[in-house]
Amino acid sequence: MEIISNFLIKNGLIVAFAVTGAIMYASNVFSDKVLNKKIPGAAIAIIVGLLLAYAGGQMTGGTNGIADVKIFSGFALLGGSMLRDFTIVSTAMGASFVVMRQTGFAGVLSLCLGIVLTFVVGAVIAYAFGYTDAKSMTTIGAGACTFIIGPVTGTAIGASSQVIALSIAAGVVKSILVTIFTPFVAKYIGLNNPHTAMIYGGMIGTTSGVAAGLAATDPKLVPYGALTATFYTGLGCLTCPSILYFIMSRLF
Amino acid sequence: MPITQLNNYRIFDKINQKMTIYGVALLATCYIAGQLFGEGLGKILGIDANVGGVGFAMLLLIVLGNWLQKRNFLAPETEKGISFWSQMYIPVIVAMSATQNVNAAMSGGFVALLAGIIPTAVAFAAISIISKSFKSSNKK
Repeated sequence: MEIISNFLIKNGLIVAFAVTGAIMYASNVFSDKVLNKKIPGAAIAIIVGLLLAYAGGQMTGGTNGIADVKIFSGFALLGGSMLRDFTIVSTAMGASFVVMRQTGFAGVLSLCLGIVLTFVVGAVIAYAFGYTDAKSMTTIGAGACTFIIGPVTGTAIGASSQVIALSIAAGVVKSILVTIFTPFVAKYIGLNNPHTAMIYGGMIGTTSGVAAGLAATDPKLVPYGALTATFYTGLGCLTCPSILYFIMSRLF
Repeated sequence: MPITQLNNYRIFDKINQKMTIYGVALLATCYIAGQLFGEGLGKILGIDANVGGVGFAMLLLIVLGNWLQKRNFLAPETEKGISFWSQMYIPVIVAMSATQNVNAAMSGGFVALLAGIIPTAVAFAAISIISKSFKSSNKK
């Protein structure tokens, strides 16, 4: 038993390939035979992934989902930001540069609007729950954007660690929500063309959520959404602790 | 045919061979250049984040890919080195979701839950509005 588990730990990435392949296959079969393709196989596979992450967290108390279970540690590499970004870049091959340029302005606008809108609504909710000082409201509002912008902002402006933890949690909730619900709301928001995908990437911005949501909706749209979403976190880290905090500190 | 000559032919073949690794290397080069640019941009702006690294890498790959295609430098084998990774995209995303901190999201309490859900719902609603308004203005 120990020999096997040591072997699996040593060959983590390969184990992750095999397990992920099995998840994909099972999800596709389930989507085909049981659900009549009403929910795409990729969406089911992603949800299975999230369930595994929950199980891993429960078992180990760690923060990296299933990757904290030693024999599945290879998931940290296969699902890490390096391979994620590498495969996202590869989808650009065959994407239309013309479409990207045409939607450029709408993309930039949706980025700015996406951050400000999310920030404001997040800050209002913080206020409603009794976090009425500018620092806490800014940090939670920033966390509502992505789970990176929250702690970056909170640390920069000196928010309490409890509020920073809250902001991370809010960002993770958003990321998971986007992952699960994008394929289901795609119809209603007209997310079926590159143009809308770029606006979607800018408005939602959370890279992992956008990446997973588009993958489950229509893989052809991935490069367009990813292109704008990649600027979201940077722009948020730039504006939340500066301009947006400045405005908040004047108001509260 | 003498053996030395045969070997020479083989070496010649190999040099001309279109190899999958060229595509992978092209992709990797674009990735590195774009990500470094994004990191640098973050540093210049004084923030602890990569600004658009993936986006710059994608644009670079599109531009370089088109350039190479026009000059017929992009053999099918080379393209395979890139398309393989784009087909691995969904499995990587599945692996990524299996490493998310789902427990943190569940244990953040009601504030975190609402601060995650409501702004996202508002943003989703805004997408169709922006998308529609831009489409109609394009038609004019």
